[in-house]
Amino acid sequence: MITVEGLTKSFGRQPVLRQLDLEVPTGSVTVIIGRSGGGKSVFLKHLVGLLHPDAGRVLVDGAEITRLRGRALDAVRRRYGVVFQGGALFDSMTCWDNVAFPLREKLRLRRAEVGKRVETALAQVGLEGVGGKNPAEISGGMRKRVAIARALVTEPEIVFFDEPTTGLDPILVNTIHRLIQGLHRKLGFTAVMVSHEIPEIFEIADTVAMLHEGRIVEVGTPAAIQASANPVVRQFIRGEPGNAEGH
Amino acid sequence: MTEPPLALALRPLDALGRSALSIVDALGRFGTFLIQALAATLTPPFKIRAFVDRINFIGYRSLLIILLTGAFTGMVLGLQIYITLSRFGSEAFLGPAVALSIIRELGPVLAALMVTGRAGSALTAEIGIMRITEQIDALTVMALNPMRYLVAPSILAGVVTFPLMTALFDVIGIFGGYLVGVELLGLSQGTYFGEMKTFVDLDDIMLGFWKSISFGIIVTWVCTYKGFHVGHGAEGVARATTQAVVMSSVLILVWDYFFGSVWR
Repeated sequence: MITVEGLTKSFGRQPVLRQLDLEVPTGSVTVIIGRSGGGKSVFLKHLVGLLHPDAGRVLVDGAEITRLRGRALDAVRRRYGVVFQGGALFDSMTCWDNVAFPLREKLRLRRAEVGKRVETALAQVGLEGVGGKNPAEISGGMRKRVAIARALVTEPEIVFFDEPTTGLDPILVNTIHRLIQGLHRKLGFTAVMVSHEIPEIFEIADTVAMLHEGRIVEVGTPAAIQASANPVVRQFIRGEPGNAEGH
Repeated sequence: MTEPPLALALRPLDALGRSALSIVDALGRFGTFLIQALAATLTPPFKIRAFVDRINFIGYRSLLIILLTGAFTGMVLGLQIYITLSRFGSEAFLGPAVALSIIRELGPVLAALMVTGRAGSALTAEIGIMRITEQIDALTVMALNPMRYLVAPSILAGVVTFPLMTALFDVIGIFGGYLVGVELLGLSQGTYFGEMKTFVDLDDIMLGFWKSISFGIIVTWVCTYKGFHVGHGAEGVARATTQAVVMSSVLILVWDYFFGSVWR
């Protein structure tokens, strides 16, 4: 269970998160939706310990990670897998080495075991045979899938997806969503995803949380969110321009 | 709660105070970065593969520019010092004059400046791009210390390669002086090298050696720091790269003066 209590963060005089509260149940897929520039990625960076809040706390199974530093924080991070918005693949390595990297460096597995798990991970994301290529040589959709393979190869308990389908065509968006859904069913991890993809995310989410002006304004099942009476939520999921855009 | 606005007369003082604090803050971060990097350099696990890669990146790929600048520096020194010494009838001292200039001063400084221009800038750009494309964040969330993978191998490679580059620069520079003084201007080979053996001692060589090691630390420290703390986008990387080269070059010259003043 991930519990977020009163998370507050400002950059200079610009408040980004304001007293944000959220609970992510173990084993669920929780999707955070909201406008671009609304603080979703900043929120995710707090969950993985890349940013520290001005106030509030994040608890992962009772451990307050916002207070942890160094090895104690790393011990929590070993349970994580993170898929970054742009993939964040190491461009000096092949795709195969990218997927192998956490196995070699984080888990220190033997070569044969690394090889077996990398091949399995690449096969799971439908990328057999592309391991020898560099990230620059493959398409955006393939890069996202390699990033997913790298995040999941260590069999993490909690996986964070930062807009895993941004910039992809609708077919690839569905492909990636189905892939995440399938892997979630198979591996049973807790997933926290930041996404704009409406209505596609309603297919894979157990819980949807709407982040607006630094606060979670509505949390519920996909059906409840789609039936929400909250004008901000209604406007966002219908893609209507208006005062929620701030103009 | 927002602070009340300052009186107009106090605003310059407020701005001065803020900039002083930001300088102290930046210096603190700069120093802390080196301490963290040295801690990652001196404690296991050591990243041997990354270290060898950095030696190739900083040292091996700088060989050509070191050979070229070393040769022409020696040739220019040979010519100019010969012209100067001939006015006093002291051409015999060409060998030691060229050797001492290069070994004590020009070798370590010019080799460091050349490596800064070629490898230091590339180091900043590479780490900067890794920062803006979240590759450094990816290392962090894998519970792996980016200092150990990116900074420590670079600093260690700087400590190893800078003295080697300097030694090469020295040898080629002295040979360049020989080409001009002996082969072109007619000084005897025995005089050129004989007087050099008389006047150059181990202290001179050790001065150049320690200077080059300190320059290796300065350049890799500044360049990795600037890459790590890059701004946003391509413009941020470009700015960091320029700042890294300028700051490294200035620090090399300033440190060279103080080091040379203390160790004579």
